[in-house]
Amino acid sequence: MNRLDHLEAQSIYILREARHAFDPIAMLWSLGKDSNVMIWLARKAFLGRVPFPVFHLDTGLEFPEVYAFRDRYAAEWRLDFTSFPCPPLEHVDPSLPKDARLAGRKSLGVSSVVDTFRLRGLIAGIRRDEQPTRAKERVFSPRGAANIWDFRDQPPEFWDLFASNYPFGTHVRVHPLLHWTEVDIWRYIARESIPVCSLYFAKEGRRFRSLGEIGITHAISSSAATVADIIAELSATTAPERAGRSMDHESEDAFERLRTSGYL
Amino acid sequence: MMLPGPKSTDDQAIPIVIVGHVDHGKSTLIARLVHDAGGFTDGKVAELQAVSDRRGTDFEWSFLLDALQVERDQAITVDSTQVRFALQGRQYLIIDAPGHHEFIRNMLTGASQAVGAVLVVDATQGLAEQTKHHVMLLKFLGHKQIIVVINKMDLVGFDQAAFAALSVSVNNYCSTSGIAVAASVPVSARHGDGLFSQSDRLAWYVGPTVAESLAMFSISPAPVDRPVRFPVQDVYRHGDQRILVGRLDSGCMAIGDQVVLCPTGRTATITGFFDENGLSSRTDAKAGESVAIALDHELFVERGHVAASVAAPPSLATLLKARVVWLDAEPLKAGAEYILRVGTATHVVLVDSINRLFDFDHQVDQITDAVHQYAVAEISLRTRVPVPIDPADDGAVLSRAMLLSGHRVVGACLLQSGERRAVVSSNLTAVIQSVSRDERAARNGYRGAVIWFTGLSGAGKSTLAMALQRELFDRRVGVYVLDGDNVRHGLNHDLGFNEADRLENLRRVAEVARLFADAGLIVITAFIAPTVGIRTLAREIVGAEFHEVYVDADLATCEARDTKGLYAKARRGEIKDFTGISSVWEPPMASDLAVPTSHQSIADSLGLLVDYVERRVLGARKVYDFSHFDGIEETS
Repeated sequence: MNRLDHLEAQSIYILREARHAFDPIAMLWSLGKDSNVMIWLARKAFLGRVPFPVFHLDTGLEFPEVYAFRDRYAAEWRLDFTSFPCPPLEHVDPSLPKDARLAGRKSLGVSSVVDTFRLRGLIAGIRRDEQPTRAKERVFSPRGAANIWDFRDQPPEFWDLFASNYPFGTHVRVHPLLHWTEVDIWRYIARESIPVCSLYFAKEGRRFRSLGEIGITHAISSSAATVADIIAELSATTAPERAGRSMDHESEDAFERLRTSGYL
Repeated sequence: MMLPGPKSTDDQAIPIVIVGHVDHGKSTLIARLVHDAGGFTDGKVAELQAVSDRRGTDFEWSFLLDALQVERDQAITVDSTQVRFALQGRQYLIIDAPGHHEFIRNMLTGASQAVGAVLVVDATQGLAEQTKHHVMLLKFLGHKQIIVVINKMDLVGFDQAAFAALSVSVNNYCSTSGIAVAASVPVSARHGDGLFSQSDRLAWYVGPTVAESLAMFSISPAPVDRPVRFPVQDVYRHGDQRILVGRLDSGCMAIGDQVVLCPTGRTATITGFFDENGLSSRTDAKAGESVAIALDHELFVERGHVAASVAAPPSLATLLKARVVWLDAEPLKAGAEYILRVGTATHVVLVDSINRLFDFDHQVDQITDAVHQYAVAEISLRTRVPVPIDPADDGAVLSRAMLLSGHRVVGACLLQSGERRAVVSSNLTAVIQSVSRDERAARNGYRGAVIWFTGLSGAGKSTLAMALQRELFDRRVGVYVLDGDNVRHGLNHDLGFNEADRLENLRRVAEVARLFADAGLIVITAFIAPTVGIRTLAREIVGAEFHEVYVDADLATCEARDTKGLYAKARRGEIKDFTGISSVWEPPMASDLAVPTSHQSIADSLGLLVDYVERRVLGARKVYDFSHFDGIEETS
């Protein structure tokens, strides 16, 4: 088995463990490249159809291309899809830096979707190599009261045995892509011909490397117009993936504070 | 400095864990390795400089990995983390493991993912407590050889004699522990000496650099030539067919191959593989792949079963010898009950004995009746049903296990051996019923099932059980309630109320409930069932048609109600072993339904129950349970 085969087999294993362990369970679809790969893997894991609801936490601030992509593939992939509105900005912790507050609407959206549907499991497409606090995550990551991430006391996870026995009031974030890298994602997209939003491809010398809300997400200079170009570009670059996500960089602990309080 | 290799290759990244005592410089070593391999992203150095300035320290390499505020403020690694770098065409996944005693569980989490280990030892400190502890844990995890890095050589003036003396003592310690030292490398991680190239200050050293020594680790190829082990994760339906899904741990499976299902011992032939498009064109599968298979005839198979080579099946054991690393603050005790996860199976186990305790100083054969937090011991576990295992088989999925207690992961286990002790007469052979469950279900319109209530005394179990029985009966459903009154006076009149008898009482209730459900009835049980162990046992006995319902009222509410005056008596000491007062109550961890009776009316609670039973027990089983969505059928 090569590297991509191995990554795929591990993710499918995780998804099947999660579906068995948590009911009800749902998946978050951010409409970015990673969560497209995640849906692709879920269709493989569950023999063609994603057997649980798929939510987009909608701030109303996605790019128009992103909404168009969403509507097309929600139908094409026969997803049980719901757009879930995020609570307004006034509800977000006012002490967070400005752009992190915008992202904070997503944290509230996560809490709200978990509470509304009494979810036991929520599948999200984060990766360890994106951001140092995400590198410390577990595959099955429990969130107790108020959806807090207690990074001081994470449960142990040995080999491929994931604990799933949590009391009521706890939901578990499931991370089937934790072990993938950005280049892995694009190489898999190339191998499997997985559709992604057009904003990832360069137009007039600029493209988006990481997709988020309008206003806090910025394009990078790039001439990569195809998936192959992107793979070549990433293999040479030393720029970090989330450089265009301003919320990460406002203060040293901005991202950690977001994550502790429920952000993905 | 060597140049970094390509960032992506077809090969898997090689996972290597860095271990050692707190403050011996693990995080610094990793950050410096990544930096010198060209693996820092733009702006990272400036970012770490700013973080260091803010804390008034010199440039601190370890902040690359110690990303949490608490880690930076206290200069300590709390949780394991991972970074990657490429070197000469190989990609390494470096796992940083905390060195602090308090975070052993995180060290194990990281180390269990690694194929190789680097032990970092501070040249000024030598073998410290966690150095030894980590060596013992690496041995436990099955590591056979390690690289030793003697760090902070700058602080001993790059002295050759100091290095030689220390590396001899570390080597001796490791080899006594059963681990070979493949290389001992002197370095100063902070200044970069000895990592990628020989440094002038270490000119006397002739061995490999850290980077060169990493090349000795590699990922073993998937064990395709070994017997088939396919632990079943789940059973999905595809039209009329039942599909077994899981990841093939070892061996190869092809269409036409016969497999034996363990522990049932039935055999069947693989007829096809399924994927996202239905029946797949795939004709075989190899170790490491996650697949979905169909068999030639319908066997009873469920999660936890293992499809295996007919010629070389796993052993079936009811008495397991295991090495355990104990993680819980509450010590492991002989006679205690835990939950064992092995492969995809879950079993209730009893600690039969604690055989010996291992310690850093290699003294074995200590007699003990308890294993304390972070100690390593050999224990014997007893199971109720035979468990398929591959003991003492390095890396085999059926040799690795996890112990749980209530909601907590309490131990990691490696199974050493197993034997089967007969529990029932071997003269009993299973008789196949002339009417199948499916036939009964087809005639009745629903399958027999057990709705197992659990909750404190006074939570409302009997009231709700009786009300639910009435509702279902009125809908022409065959239903029966088992409770203390109708069981204690007849079937279990020989049992008292001590712990063993209470367990036996519920074991019999579960067996009877299973028979009634087999006969096609919906059985409701109304017992406290206070522990996770008891409920897991009941679930094991009943099997797939088991539904756990948590009748959820907290102790204060139940005690305030105290309809039978029992809590008052228990408080006065007139009733011994009263659940919630003087005997343990473990709230359910994974109930299929929770009915919160403290803050809603009986009618509302009943509504929840009826709704659940209609959808999940009587109706076609839906994939999930969101009432406001249109349910989609299982994939077809």
